[in-house]
Amino acid sequence: MVPVNYYIILSAVLFTIGALGVLIRRNALIIFMSVELMLNAANLAIVAFSSVIKSFSGQIFVFFVIAVAAAEVAVGLALIVEIFKSKHSIDVDQMSGLKG
Amino acid sequence: MTLELVTFLVLALIAIATALGMLLSRNAVYSALFLVLNFTTVAVFYLLLGAPFIAMAQVTVYAGAIMVLFLFVIMLLGAEAIPRTQVLPWQKPVAITLAVILVVEAAYLLVTKARPVGGVLPPGTEANTMENLQQLGETLFTQYLLPFEVTSILLLVAMVGAIVLVRKEKGVQR
Repeated sequence: MVPVNYYIILSAVLFTIGALGVLIRRNALIIFMSVELMLNAANLAIVAFSSVIKSFSGQIFVFFVIAVAAAEVAVGLALIVEIFKSKHSIDVDQMSGLKG
Repeated sequence: MTLELVTFLVLALIAIATALGMLLSRNAVYSALFLVLNFTTVAVFYLLLGAPFIAMAQVTVYAGAIMVLFLFVIMLLGAEAIPRTQVLPWQKPVAITLAVILVVEAAYLLVTKARPVGGVLPPGTEANTMENLQQLGETLFTQYLLPFEVTSILLLVAMVGAIVLVRKEKGVQR
């Protein structure tokens, strides 16, 4: 029997790696992948808690999170393609058109 | 040390290593492949937690559909590696320090204050059977029917939105 705390700590570590990826990488696609990693870490924590309280609600929430993540990826990648078309780069430092 | 604990520790090591690989590799294709491995590992965690449906959804939707979309866009744009530009040299050390603080704080508070007690049922016990899956479906289509339908509309809107965003407009000079 694995204590649920282990799952929670693993989830926190994965979430932090995702947050670190958003902070230190400049490639918009990698930043987007890091966001997916953070969503995944949150899902892991939800399933672990729902497994402890023996309820299905957590699993159903995770199912919805996965569906929303799929929708988000479709729109987000379309936006990245569009940005690449106009700027010929997906370096987030280049996206400074509104800077005074 | 039971077999289950050993499995957990090995998988946790793989999950963290692949997440770090995603973060550190210079080529975006390698990052995407590391992330596929990470998602598959998390799917095995879902199996250990007695959630087979979520595990399969994870493999098909995350490791399958979403990451293929990512790889497709990376190769379409030819954006495997962008030239390294360091605009803010102080950003990396500050980010790493803050991340270490975040993980220590989150782990401490989640373990001590949230007090999740008890262990996780090993797979194969009664909470992980076909009847379980049937109950999950029944809950999804009765108690959570409205969110389920809203999700279908959301997916439709996302599909239309993605098409509208990348569509070439006629007669518009870019």
